[in-house]
Amino acid sequence: MATTRDYEPNVVLSNQDYNVVGTRPLRPDGADKVTGRALYGADFAAAGLLSGSVLRSPHAHARIKSIDTSKAEALDGVRAVVTSADFPQGGEGPVVWQRDNVLASDKALYRGHAIAAVAAASPHIAEEAVSLIDVDYEVLTPVTDVQSSMKGDAPILHDSLMTDELGEKADKASNVASHFQHVKGDVKAGFKEADVVIEREFTTKTVHQGYIEPQAATALWNNDGRLHIWCSTQGSFAARDACAKILDIPVSQIRVVPLEIGGGFGGKIDVYLEPVAALLSKKTGTPVKLVMSRADVLQGTGPTPGSYAKIKIGAKKDGTITAAHAYLAMEAGAYPGSPVGAGAMCVLAPYDLENALVDGYDVVVNKPKTAAYRAPGAPNAAFAGEQVIDEVAKAIGMDPIDFRMKNAAKEGTRQVHGPTFPRVGYEEVLEAMKSHPHYNAPLDGPNQGRGVAVGFWFNIGFDSACNIAVNADGTVTLQEGSTDIGGTRASIAMQAAEVLTLPYEKVHPTVVDTDTIGFTAVTGGSRTTFATGWAAYEAAQDVRTKMIDRAAQIWEVDADTVELEDAVFKSKSDPELSMTFAELAGQLGRSGGGITGTAAVSPSGVGGAFAGNIVDVEVDPETGKTEILRFTVVQDAGKAIHPSYVEGQMQGGAVQGIGWALNEEYYMSDSGTMDNVSLLDYRMPTSLDLPMIDTVIVEVANPGHPYGVRGVGEAPIIPPTPAIANAIENAIGTRLFALPMNPAAVAKAVMDK
Amino acid sequence: MAQEITLTVNGATRTNQVEPRLLLADYLRSVLDLTGTHVGCDTSNCGACTVSLNGDAVKSCTVFAVQADGADVTTLEGLASDDGTLHPIQEGFWEKHGLQCGFCTPGMIMSSLDLLSKNPNPTEAEIREGLSGNLCRCTGYHNIVLAVQFAAEKMNSGS
Ligand code: FES
Ligand code: FES
Repeated sequence: MATTRDYEPNVVLSNQDYNVVGTRPLRPDGADKVTGRALYGADFAAAGLLSGSVLRSPHAHARIKSIDTSKAEALDGVRAVVTSADFPQGGEGPVVWQRDNVLASDKALYRGHAIAAVAAASPHIAEEAVSLIDVDYEVLTPVTDVQSSMKGDAPILHDSLMTDELGEKADKASNVASHFQHVKGDVKAGFKEADVVIEREFTTKTVHQGYIEPQAATALWNNDGRLHIWCSTQGSFAARDACAKILDIPVSQIRVVPLEIGGGFGGKIDVYLEPVAALLSKKTGTPVKLVMSRADVLQGTGPTPGSYAKIKIGAKKDGTITAAHAYLAMEAGAYPGSPVGAGAMCVLAPYDLENALVDGYDVVVNKPKTAAYRAPGAPNAAFAGEQVIDEVAKAIGMDPIDFRMKNAAKEGTRQVHGPTFPRVGYEEVLEAMKSHPHYNAPLDGPNQGRGVAVGFWFNIGFDSACNIAVNADGTVTLQEGSTDIGGTRASIAMQAAEVLTLPYEKVHPTVVDTDTIGFTAVTGGSRTTFATGWAAYEAAQDVRTKMIDRAAQIWEVDADTVELEDAVFKSKSDPELSMTFAELAGQLGRSGGGITGTAAVSPSGVGGAFAGNIVDVEVDPETGKTEILRFTVVQDAGKAIHPSYVEGQMQGGAVQGIGWALNEEYYMSDSGTMDNVSLLDYRMPTSLDLPMIDTVIVEVANPGHPYGVRGVGEAPIIPPTPAIANAIENAIGTRLFALPMNPAAVAKAVMDK
Repeated sequence: MAQEITLTVNGATRTNQVEPRLLLADYLRSVLDLTGTHVGCDTSNCGACTVSLNGDAVKSCTVFAVQADGADVTTLEGLASDDGTLHPIQEGFWEKHGLQCGFCTPGMIMSSLDLLSKNPNPTEAEIREGLSGNLCRCTGYHNIVLAVQFAAEKMNSGS
């Protein structure tokens, strides 16, 4: 059980002061969420609502010869049954894969693959009807792990899939969708210069995002032809656009209304239920709701891949890395598109390397199509890369943080895949780690070990929009298209408040539907506070300018002479002229009409984020159980708009990493099915498994954002698995090369020593 | 098939005809529209569906509605005072940022209620023990522990 320890108070190493930015106000959606009033995906209700249920494949790999829905259709209370034949057909490549993933057409490619769906008067009737659907399967041999799937004799998932080999299409069907390379310098020559060269192989198992709210969606295909969808999604526009593609209708025909979202972590970007509910509603002329069970979530939605990695790193005795080669192969699941590309961009990113090579392989297997999961691909890669770094540091007798510092990527470092780093805060993160009391505290017992590791995530920009309207009482309303998973209503509203010099409480943010706001990309990629925050900043500037113009007009002075400070408009030329924001707001109607501001942005100044962990573990050599004694997360946030929410991301990401490191995995049977389909057997960390998680927010402002924001959601899940592996190595004197490092694996490592 | 049940939910008497297979969680959510009780797993592992049944925390996805016949049930919706004042535990979760997505929050609050009613002064370890049947995937539990500590202090000081 977790021991009680006085934890270090969370530290913010701040570099600039603002009025609102950097404070810790309460969340605007708090009242709804602590009283049970917030409406999540499954809570939506409408008159005449029908309940749906989805039939899922019991086989991991099977040809679908025929589907007989007649018995289901005949059941009393059943209103409609749909299969993939009800989707518009045609197209090729990604759109077909996306459509087939939602409802299988010719082949079921994983256990849990949706085959057909029913709409009925009650959930119980819908379930019963689903059991009456007859599917004639020709069961095929499955392949469920990346290494087996890459072999020449592996069962082939897609007859039409040919490997894209460094840009050239192969002429034979294969499970390897693509092989790409990033090259810098000459690795062969680099390894020759090295005094120490270490090469290791690593594997990781499939794990799930594990959001607590299962997917849920309701659709109404209205009599005017418009399709309305209420769902729990990370991106209402992404859901709209995916449905438009699958249903082959214009995006303008669809309105997606985002409900509250009970966690996503990347897993609620893709659509699963929405297009199916739409088909069922089209057939019945009535709203239809579909809700997943936990087993559906684990078997039918995108996990993050199992993977294989081989890492080779060479260094001189003085600590200079001379060359590095990372070979990464990741499972895409049933259709191409693993996160290996992102993993390849991140695996060596913390290091300024003269010679480096990254090979990436995207490989299909008979598992659910992988979806994004918090820094997708990067934790798999870091588990491998950061362990070899640790081993090399040891081999040349250097402190692991000093070794990283010596080779640290910084402004101007060209990354292996091409781009050069702008100002990044990696060295500052390392310094904060090195000087943290945790790093310098003694361990107090046998079988204890301390480990460190770092991780990089590039973060993304993309489109965001924001509308702001001034109310007559001096408050403003703010509309945004980013769904709020972890407090972004606050972090976005705060940026508008800062511009308008208003207290945070005067800005009322609302997450709105796709008819109400300009295109806004997903809440993902750690982009929301960065990009939608930027849209809010711009929309607030728009309001500010118009308010200043209005004050100038009322005072009959030049707008240049009016300034806004602490929510008061003043004239620089005449000290008599002064008016509060609220006073001016109250006069808008009489002085020319109301004021609104709007902005649509696609910011390019994205700032990548580095995170580092220090972790102490104690291993029970008998049982192999690893206890986390102490855990410190250090991360460069650029600017923490709301430090509590930044800390929350760091803590939550760290704990997901701890679960990934020590417990979580899909147990696959020989027949290719997942055996642990409940949260009892798919074991995520509980409060008992953990200590308090200390955080240090480093703020090295991103020059590409008005307040210096980098984005914080993803980086914290990257370092935990290698940091824990390095700590275990220090505790038991032997290294683990496979995830999860569960008690059985650790006990075996102790025994094999 | 349907059976009549009468129970008290958040202080009000409710009488309904329900099918014997209807779960208490579904009864609360679909029959009474009390959607503050969440369903995250349907196998009694996540705790999102936790409600108070005759003063004890139970996972309402493991209780049939008919088993609650005659019982006194409190859900998150019934926790604030009649004048709308939040319970200190509700306040604690809001004040201490003890939630991110908020989906686990109803269950966390109802389990905390059970914990604090039996142990008004829990240590960090006892809080972790008391909430070990409730999964949160967002927060890492750090701020949830702080939220419960805030509530305990507030309840003990009687303010
Ligand atoms: S829904 Fe009842 S414990 Fe998860
Ligand atoms: S706040 Fe999201 S599951 Fe706890």
